[in-house]
Amino acid sequence: MALLTCKDVTLGYEGMVVTENVNFSIKHGDYLCIVGENGSGKSTLMKTILKLVNPLKGEIITGDGLKQKEIGYLPQQTMVQRDFPASVSEIVLSGYLNRCGLRPFYTKGEKRLAEDNMRKMDILDLKDQCYRELSGGQQQRVLLARALCAAKKMILLDEPVSGLDPKVAREMYELIYKLNKEDGITVVMISHDINEAVRYADKILHIGSNSPLFFGDTRDYVKSGIADSFIRTKEAE
Amino acid sequence: MAELFDKLYTYFQFPFVRYAVIVAVLVSLCASMLGVILVLKRFSFIGDGLSHVAFGAMAIAAVTGLTNNMLIVMPVTVICAILILCTGQNSKIKGDASIAIISVSSLALGYLLYNVFSTSSNVSGDVCSTLFGASSILTLKQSDVWISIVMSVVVIVLFIFFYNKIFSVTFDENFACATGTSAKLYNLIVAVITAVIIVLAMNLVGSLLISALIIFPSLSAMRVFNTFKSVTVCAVINSVVCTSVGMIISILAETPVGATIVAVDAVVFIIYTAVGRIAGHKK
Ligand SMILES: Nc1ncnc2c1ncn2[C@@H]1O[C@H](COP(=O)(O)OP(=O)(O)O)[C@@H](O)[C@H]1O
Ligand SMILES: [Mg+2]
Repeated sequence: MALLTCKDVTLGYEGMVVTENVNFSIKHGDYLCIVGENGSGKSTLMKTILKLVNPLKGEIITGDGLKQKEIGYLPQQTMVQRDFPASVSEIVLSGYLNRCGLRPFYTKGEKRLAEDNMRKMDILDLKDQCYRELSGGQQQRVLLARALCAAKKMILLDEPVSGLDPKVAREMYELIYKLNKEDGITVVMISHDINEAVRYADKILHIGSNSPLFFGDTRDYVKSGIADSFIRTKEAE
Repeated sequence: MAELFDKLYTYFQFPFVRYAVIVAVLVSLCASMLGVILVLKRFSFIGDGLSHVAFGAMAIAAVTGLTNNMLIVMPVTVICAILILCTGQNSKIKGDASIAIISVSSLALGYLLYNVFSTSSNVSGDVCSTLFGASSILTLKQSDVWISIVMSVVVIVLFIFFYNKIFSVTFDENFACATGTSAKLYNLIVAVITAVIIVLAMNLVGSLLISALIIFPSLSAMRVFNTFKSVTVCAVINSVVCTSVGMIISILAETPVGATIVAVDAVVFIIYTAVGRIAGHKK
């Protein structure tokens, strides 16, 4: 059964349509990459999947008993106020909130796992630092660590490598790939780098200016030639 | 010096003075905890707005001759708090504008009612003590004391119990919602707690000075500390210390309670700002 299905969904805000006829479905363990131009509605689609925005039409169906509490999310930009006092570990730990239920505090185990995730993101030594004093790339890694904490079955990432230097970006892609293949976590990622998208993802959703241009396996996507103008050919690389 | 201690000792022999101090410390402790959230949510002025609402409700209670004005003031303020805090970003009228509209109307209505209908011979005295708290803290009834203590304890327990959730929702509401935490519920809890604290604090500092009680301790803490936990703890300590010191000064020097407490808070804020500057330069 499908983990997530979008059926004839129209995306938009209060009467303003962004994209129409979005149809796709993914299974447990899939790695879906959403690509498309700026402003085509990728972030809106992700927010609609997360129920932060209501679809104007159509429906989004979750299956396999997927609960909202089992999803991790990395927003594109978090508008955190410049003066918000919060340490890195406070923020990363807040990813485990969805496992707490009525329990008021985090367990020792959750604190240890949060440290593991900070180590993976190479920010363990920043753990007592104030979030607002970090560089853009460091902040991005903090939010990714938080998303990892929250992701039990599925993780949604909105341009996870923006603001990271190429080496760290590559590590990030490898890490997400491992998360998908080894831990079996379903990945839905928005990326503006089509090369990386076709390298790692099993499925591609390409959104055009007002409706999706392609949904299917990565292999078929490359064959279809839709992305030719974006993909550097293997020989040229 | 010994004289002062003697004077203080004599005063503390009176039960109503002890009650006043206990209630003042508890209420300002709660106000400062909430202050951290309200400042970070950019709702610093909620205290002001809601206290004007409470003022309007007080006027209605006074005019209709209700003996226990809590019965009307509390529900009215809670409802307004929910309206203001839970309308969110999607509403047509922006948060600060809706606060302004509600608060100014209640203030005007309250004053009108006092003037037109009041049977009391000392209208401006009534209004003044509702606005500035005057000495009413020392004339608390035993039942008011118990209500204040119980409410404060409930607020403290709720805050500790939901501390991590409130942090997450305040820091990043979208993430909290996306991962299955009901931001609406916690915003509602914050709204209700805010209203309760404001009504309790009316007796202490009066409706014009409540904002100070809410925002000063946390703003001071934020000058120096930069994790959520340390800011919260520091704000609570600031608030308890300032209120105790302010109460003692006001007893010894016979100054108005509310204004004295707020003055102490302001001095502490200046000290923290200076410390923050100096520490900041060192880095
Ligand atoms: N909160 C919002 N309210 C109204 N319109 C919005 C909002 N957020 C985004 N949009 C509009 O929706 C369109 C799609 O935006 P977005 O989903 O962020 O695109 P992408 O992530 O693909 O770059 C844009 O035209 C943008 O202006
Ligand atoms: Mg986007």
